[in-house]
Amino acid sequence: MAKAYDAIVIGAGHNGLVTACYLARAGLSVLVVERNPYVGGAAVSRSLYPNFTYSNCSYVCSLLRPEIMRTLELPKHGLQIIPYEGGVTFMRGGGHLASYDNHDALRREISRHSKRDAEAYDRFSRDVMRQCKFIKPLLMREPPDPTSFKPRDIMELVYLGQRFWQLGEERMYDTIRFWTMSAADFLEEYFESEIVKAHFAGSSIIGTALGPRSPGTAYVLLHHYMGDVDGTVGAWGFARGGMGSITKALASSLQASGGEIRVDAGVHRILVRNGRTVGVALASGEVIRTGAVISNMDVKRTFLETMDEQDLPGDFVRAVRNFKIRGSSGKLNIALDGLPSFPSLPDGAPSIRGDMHITDTVEMMERAYDDWKDGFWSRTPYVDMLIPSQIDPTMVPEGKHYMSVFVQYCPYRLANGDWDEDKKKAFGNTVIDAIAEHSPDFKKLILHAEIRTPHDIEREVGLTEGNIFQGELTMDQLLFNRPVPGFAQYRGPVRGVYMCGSSTHPGGGVMGAPGANAARAVLRDLKKAA
Amino acid sequence: MGYDTIVVGAGHNGLVCAAVLAKAGQKVLVVEASDRLGGAAGTREFAPGFKVSGCAHLLHLMPQTLIDELGLSAKGFALARSAMPTTALSEDGPLAIGRDSHASLAHRSAPDAEAFPAFADALDRFGRTLFPIFGAPPPRLGTTEWEDRLAMLRLGWNVRRLGRKDMREFLRIVGMNVYDLLEDNFESPLLKGALGFDAVLGTNFGPRSPGTVLTLLYRLAAQSGASGGLAQPKGGMGGLSEALAAAARAAGAEIRTGAPVARILMENDRAQGVVLESGERIVAKAVASSADPRTTFLKLLGTEHLDTGFVRKVFHLRSRGLAAKLHLALDALPEFTGLDAASLGGRLILAPSLDYLERAYNHSKYKEFSEAPALEITVPTVNDPTLAPDGKHVLSAIVQYAPYELAQGWDAGRQRLADIAIGLIELHAPGLRERIVASELLTPLDIEREYGIAGGHWHHGELAFDQFYMVRPVPGAAQYRTPVDGLYLCGAGSHPGGGVMGAAGRNAARQMLKQAA
Repeated sequence: MAKAYDAIVIGAGHNGLVTACYLARAGLSVLVVERNPYVGGAAVSRSLYPNFTYSNCSYVCSLLRPEIMRTLELPKHGLQIIPYEGGVTFMRGGGHLASYDNHDALRREISRHSKRDAEAYDRFSRDVMRQCKFIKPLLMREPPDPTSFKPRDIMELVYLGQRFWQLGEERMYDTIRFWTMSAADFLEEYFESEIVKAHFAGSSIIGTALGPRSPGTAYVLLHHYMGDVDGTVGAWGFARGGMGSITKALASSLQASGGEIRVDAGVHRILVRNGRTVGVALASGEVIRTGAVISNMDVKRTFLETMDEQDLPGDFVRAVRNFKIRGSSGKLNIALDGLPSFPSLPDGAPSIRGDMHITDTVEMMERAYDDWKDGFWSRTPYVDMLIPSQIDPTMVPEGKHYMSVFVQYCPYRLANGDWDEDKKKAFGNTVIDAIAEHSPDFKKLILHAEIRTPHDIEREVGLTEGNIFQGELTMDQLLFNRPVPGFAQYRGPVRGVYMCGSSTHPGGGVMGAPGANAARAVLRDLKKAA
Repeated sequence: MGYDTIVVGAGHNGLVCAAVLAKAGQKVLVVEASDRLGGAAGTREFAPGFKVSGCAHLLHLMPQTLIDELGLSAKGFALARSAMPTTALSEDGPLAIGRDSHASLAHRSAPDAEAFPAFADALDRFGRTLFPIFGAPPPRLGTTEWEDRLAMLRLGWNVRRLGRKDMREFLRIVGMNVYDLLEDNFESPLLKGALGFDAVLGTNFGPRSPGTVLTLLYRLAAQSGASGGLAQPKGGMGGLSEALAAAARAAGAEIRTGAPVARILMENDRAQGVVLESGERIVAKAVASSADPRTTFLKLLGTEHLDTGFVRKVFHLRSRGLAAKLHLALDALPEFTGLDAASLGGRLILAPSLDYLERAYNHSKYKEFSEAPALEITVPTVNDPTLAPDGKHVLSAIVQYAPYELAQGWDAGRQRLADIAIGLIELHAPGLRERIVASELLTPLDIEREYGIAGGHWHHGELAFDQFYMVRPVPGAAQYRTPVDGLYLCGAGSHPGGGVMGAAGRNAARQMLKQAA
């Protein structure tokens, strides 16, 4: 008889590992099973071209909760986050808007485009930061069930209500606007210059199947501001050695606390007997017993593909089917023979070390979204590109560079038939051409390019439709609605089955909050049972 | 000797407000810029002998309690037709949509016909849950007043009373887009298109825009307080306005038309009356403006009386209209393929699929009108022959999307959009073009000029979460009071918004009476 565990975590993505770490630290025997031959899920460093390391899925770090980093001692386990100071948005026909972490520096840069916008930027950043401070404490809390009469839920609702009410009329109004407005309308209220609006609008569409004019995108913008790097709110950084360093550090922290990890161990079924889970059956046929299964997979994969429908309530299955999880992003990972030049930037400009964008109007982004709605990749995509090898030379051979190119939008399903190699190549070329418009030597520096459509992301990482957030971040799928109303507290409808992925509150990004919250839910249940 | 209240604007909300105040014993004067009553809820003669409701052409939102309270039936108000059926037009024949059209639905899709009643019931329940908030001033955000807090709790309680299952569904879908909601429930593109149309009618949204379930529920909520379903007032919408004016006059209110207001009279830091464009000063203890908030604050009051934060909010109100109105004078009844006489007297929707609607919306984002717009068509003369000379007819259609700000300019675009819309209708009503003796297209720009609504938006302000209920039109003015003592809002820009509902006018009047007491 194989060893039984207190808890089994399915999937060694960053959230799964965070959950496992917390459980192991609480003294539980924990096993993490991972389908791929490597840990990391979507936070991985992979070598797909000799001597190059790609962060081939997620590519920047900011949202990872600092309390998780501290508690799990990730720096001790080798994690090093290097902040980068800013970036740039290129304009068609030359010109650019550089961005800086430093408020005053960015303000000066904005005033180059519009004096009025420079002033508005003070208001904008103050309002954004205020909202972040309001929302942040909610990230690490279990959302209350508003339909429940349990004291815990009622107390939590009262807590939320009070926090909101105490903001006062003006700030409450801001909160309502932030949570419900479109990024385009929201930015319109602050800025007049197209390039400034476009610059800020970018983060409102990353990973979502919405355009900047869709209500609710102001929240997505905010979601991307929620991170800290070195205590700087909203700042971004690279993980030294690629994003895989985060999950490697988590794995190392887990093993140090006695947790186990098995790779090449895909789960075929979560086993249920008499209304509670008894273990998992691996694809190999092996059965491992446990009283608690915590799934890092998205909610569709967990319940529709890894459980028997007859073990689940019909309403729940319907709700999971209706959960919106849409592929809207693509990715290119490019090995470069040298550093590409961007003539519109002054020589030695620091902007090239940060994230670079080539969409210079909100309308362009909206049109890119229209293409996606029609089932095509954007003809003029939104591109978020980074060359982390400038800051972290360990990723490439000397003199060479690695470029990560995030692309919005790219559909999971094409209107003109299935994805194939030709279409994938055409998609890649669209993106490469768009970049080459701003960098004349870019094309001839390309040594290798990995092109990833939502299909590829789904196939390799296991994210349904390749959605990077494991579910759209829309109002109907946030807080107590995430992933499914009534099941927002990390517990599934079967006793002993939990969720810890980004499908749960507070959602995606390499944040770790769902993982930490889920671990707390598991521990509370175990304590109650004991 | 001054008035207790001067109401600016004799649209339906202004008239309702005046009537309620006068009935309570106030001395009220209504001043109206144009020579006609009713504002956008009026009947216009767009060609000799041909009359039509200028903006909204269906009455389905006005609470029955308001009609009773003002005794409108005794003042000549009557419906030419109530419980009008809805028919979706498509190339392969019309589809009747409603609870009693099971057979018609089943012909398209058996599962849809099965699913429809439960879906409609659920939405109705949710609508009724929201309805009570329409009848009272919204509580103030961040308030410490018990009365306001109680109002919040009551709303919470209403939602809670739905029961756990419904409540969960309500809280989920209320922030959703109508596209996904309909995709989850139905398969027939024609049915989905027609249902989605109701959610985006008169808004700045496409069916994929989150928040469109709210606009749909909002419509259903108001509808749940009205008794006749979709209805057509006798004499067009102006028939209703005439009755409202008669009710106001009977209660002692005076109404002056052709009396445009130049500015609101400010003395000792409070609104003390109005100054007409003629220079005449009329003094009153309070002023209630049914003009849109932008016009009221920025034009009639003047920003010097307001703090900058408030002005900024008013300035940022989204209030650009997206719906145009097509009026056709016809020398014979149009014949729609496959449509029986009863359906022709109803409402016809041309929005054959959700994607069609979404594409129509796409254009408006870039200051273009829809190449293939969505239409809501009525032939009011079928139910009310008095609107046209003997044997002649009128066709009235809402054309969406037609953005207020058109890149090519409306002088260039107006005729072209009219042609497109007529061409679309003709696909379903062959021979229509030969029957046209006169036509007009009112764009949002025309609606702005004609009715004085800044931006030409029917609701005076977009119906969206951030311009809804406690924050409509903006915080600080959401309880019909404004930051200026003595100045009140009573138009569609206030909660609960536009459509020919009258709730804003009544709520404002009640709030003023409470303040005065």
